[in-house]
Amino acid sequence: MLGLVAAGCATNGLPQSAMDPAGPVARTEDQLWDLVFWIAVAVFVLVQGLILYAVFKFRDRGGDDIPKQVAGNTRLEVIWTIIPTLILVGIAVPTVQTIFELARAPGDEALEVRVVGKQYWWAFEYLGDEGQGVITATELHIPTNRPVALQMQALSATQPDPGPDADPAVGEPVSNGVIHSFWVPRLAGKQDAVAGHTRLLTIEADEPGTYPGQCAEFCGLSHARMRFSVIAHEPAEFERWIADQAKPAQPANDGLVAQGQELFSSQQCISCHAIQGYEAAAGQAADVRIGPNLTHFASRQTFAGGFLDVDDPEQLKAWLRDPPGIKPGAQMPNLGLSDQQIEALSAYLYSLE
Amino acid sequence: MTAVPADSASQGLRILKRPKAETGLWSWVTTTDHKKIGVMYFLATMFFFVVAGIEALLLRVQLAVPDNNFLSPDLYNQLYTMHGVTMVFFVGIPLGAAFFNYIMPLQIGARDVAFPRLNAFSFWVFVAAGVFMYSGVLLNGLPNGGWFNYAPLSTTVGPDPSGYTLGGGSAELASQVHMGRMLLYSVGLQIAGIATLAAAVNFIVTILNMRAPGMTLMRMPIFVWMTLIVAFLLLFALPVIGIALWQLLFDVRFGAGFFNPSVGGDPMLWEHMFWLFGHPEVYILILPAFGIISEIIPTFSRKPIFGYTAMVFAGIAIGFLGWGVWAHHMFATGMGPVANTAFGLTTMTIAVPTGVKIFNWIGTMWGGKLRLTTPMLFAIGTVAMFTIGGLSGVTHAVVPTNYQQTDSYYVVAHFHYVLFGGLVFGAIGGFYYWYPKVTGRLMNETLGKINFWTLIVGFNLTFGLMHFLGLWGMPRRIDTYASGFGWDTLNLIITVGAFIIAGSILLLVINMAVSVRRGKLAGDDPWDARTLEWMTSSPPKHYNFREIPQISARDELWHRKHAVTEDGAYIRVPAGGAGLVVDHDHESDIHMPDPSFYPALSAVGMPIMGWALFTSGAAMIVMLAVGSIITVGSLFAWAFEPSAEEGH
Repeated sequence: MLGLVAAGCATNGLPQSAMDPAGPVARTEDQLWDLVFWIAVAVFVLVQGLILYAVFKFRDRGGDDIPKQVAGNTRLEVIWTIIPTLILVGIAVPTVQTIFELARAPGDEALEVRVVGKQYWWAFEYLGDEGQGVITATELHIPTNRPVALQMQALSATQPDPGPDADPAVGEPVSNGVIHSFWVPRLAGKQDAVAGHTRLLTIEADEPGTYPGQCAEFCGLSHARMRFSVIAHEPAEFERWIADQAKPAQPANDGLVAQGQELFSSQQCISCHAIQGYEAAAGQAADVRIGPNLTHFASRQTFAGGFLDVDDPEQLKAWLRDPPGIKPGAQMPNLGLSDQQIEALSAYLYSLE
Repeated sequence: MTAVPADSASQGLRILKRPKAETGLWSWVTTTDHKKIGVMYFLATMFFFVVAGIEALLLRVQLAVPDNNFLSPDLYNQLYTMHGVTMVFFVGIPLGAAFFNYIMPLQIGARDVAFPRLNAFSFWVFVAAGVFMYSGVLLNGLPNGGWFNYAPLSTTVGPDPSGYTLGGGSAELASQVHMGRMLLYSVGLQIAGIATLAAAVNFIVTILNMRAPGMTLMRMPIFVWMTLIVAFLLLFALPVIGIALWQLLFDVRFGAGFFNPSVGGDPMLWEHMFWLFGHPEVYILILPAFGIISEIIPTFSRKPIFGYTAMVFAGIAIGFLGWGVWAHHMFATGMGPVANTAFGLTTMTIAVPTGVKIFNWIGTMWGGKLRLTTPMLFAIGTVAMFTIGGLSGVTHAVVPTNYQQTDSYYVVAHFHYVLFGGLVFGAIGGFYYWYPKVTGRLMNETLGKINFWTLIVGFNLTFGLMHFLGLWGMPRRIDTYASGFGWDTLNLIITVGAFIIAGSILLLVINMAVSVRRGKLAGDDPWDARTLEWMTSSPPKHYNFREIPQISARDELWHRKHAVTEDGAYIRVPAGGAGLVVDHDHESDIHMPDPSFYPALSAVGMPIMGWALFTSGAAMIVMLAVGSIITVGSLFAWAFEPSAEEGH
């Protein structure tokens, strides 16, 4: 039984296991877990052992004798009040230290990213000069061995994101969205995103890799389909990635793509999705922040809240045919697109590398 | 309860005649007998327990394999919400009320509770709340925001703001569906709260005022103490959720915006209000079970409870500290390190009185002569399983590990060890223990033991494995999951475990149903027990005791059955000896409250007022008027009706 428990806690290779930390924040939390876990195991063995011992030792084996009517024992009772108290003090000290350690703001070297939770997907906006205005969805790319300071907000899924500079103090509207929780177990514990507040969380990854996560606060119909991942790169690789992302989209020069591009503005897409550098024939630019930013759609691995694969054209086509049918509660309507229109739109999206 | 002709007592307002039925349906609808009301509470609770259990099984079928589409997300969310709401508000709380109602007055040597009609009122209002809550199956569906129902998902935003899924493309229709479901939640729980609040007042007054002569507070059975603590917790906790529910109602129905940051509200406010109620609620649910096993363990150990005073004060301490820990449900909401530290530390302190209780139960068994009957097995099972839930609770109090555990399946595992391992195991132990008192017959011991062991296996298979799921990253409340996270096998086994639990509960129900007629006759005191309820007949007469017993010790009955020898040892007094008076006397002229139509009738108006909110304009006004006339009118008629007819 204990072996099973120990085995369960030492599983490596599970992509979303908090027991297999891949960065300093999750590791700190895991170390504290190891301490409290083994203390709990010791108490468990003691209590269950006492129960089993009492059951076997003091079973009624016949006879008329009446057991001694012991009503209590003050010394014993004081002991089993004080010892648990001391154990708890022993747990409390490192707990409090770690709470404050984890709450400390990272230094200036941190990469700042604004994280926006909407029903039912996450947007990531790189802040500061280094961020170069890059906005992605469902995939958060970070450099390894560098703290990443996340600023989290929960916004309305149907209203435009007022952006990082919106200031409610001067009367700008506060967006009202449901609560989400950002959880990438191998990198850090959860942090909720709460409308009307900006919540902070620091994450850091030791090694390059993809660390899956998902929304951990119930947020409605597609809570289960609000997945995302953190993709860590070597710093130089990250610099290349963000420089590429900062460039405007350059769709291929191709008949079908051009048709898709045309549809993008004639079929309402433009009213929710931004594509940096996009300008429709009528001159309107796609810079609205309601749905995910699609500037480099084809460079992503997943879409639609991280549970559909970009690599699979059939999934994209199925999505364009009926988004709420694939992902209940999705805020993208079924536009009634024809098969031909879907071909053209997906060709256009796949050209946005 | 001799019927009196209506014209013989003409004082007061007489709209309905005094009910006369002593058997049949109407005798139950109009009863004011705490034992009948206790039995009705029990039956209603078992009904809801089965409903919520079926809901859980459906959830487990959906989660048995990855990418399953047995349930739609909308249906899944309704079912998991109603599983929680039902188990907490329509099983946990009324289950306590069932035990308190039947057992507590007997244990303190009272003839009934202090306010018998208010007691009936509590029960019928609770039934009305359940009917209202589940009327959603005929309306727009059931609540779907979780039992915690966080705003603004529950209020201004909803699960589908554009309405492409719930409104068939119409945002307005979707918001109406959403509003209907949230009205069920806010008004339904409000009605349930009225029932519970009335019951809490009743139990407090009964315990403080109606104890048999000689029964000082420190001679009360631990179960009565736990009843008292729970009643006080309810008295203070329900107004908090009551206010929060009004705020929710006003946000949902009238667009008030208490929880909407775009008009100056704050979603955090709901979380604080909800958990300020919600955490004491946990102790409201578990303390009755602590009380039950504190009766069972001494009886079957043939020893008094170890450390009575410590047990009482540990219960009080848990109830008191329970008010200072609510925000440990919110460590990941970003309250900041100071608040997280404070609530982490207060949460750890609760482990101390809880530990005292566990050690004292073991101390009670130590050196005893244990009879491992079915109730005893369930009581020992409660101690063992609750300990696991308590220990995982301590890991939650370690705030940084809580960041990983909260909202994962680890939490689901934790609180099921507390509530199923604690409350349900304890309550089933209580069923087996007091069943002979209520029915006069014993439940089948062989079936009982099979019931226990299958439940232990099914329970640990189901909830034990959930710890691993949570640590391996599976969040709660997801209607489906992809393969490849290492969750598939565990989820399948958990679903099997859930069906083992269901089979075991089925055995319990069969055992209860069959034993009513076929069980062995119990007699007054089948377990050789220690407290007053075993001094009267099984089942007790409606007046409980022919003569109210004079109390001279804790474990009064045990002392009446034993004498002290010169060297201080106890010896058994021959049956029928010293002072053991059992009531088998004929109907006497003991003064008892009469039945009444009004408590049940007053409950009828409440859901009508609730349904009024689904309509608008004239229809709403008419329904509100009809509902309030029924409820307020019944209360008035009740106020002018004497509690017992003259000549009684």
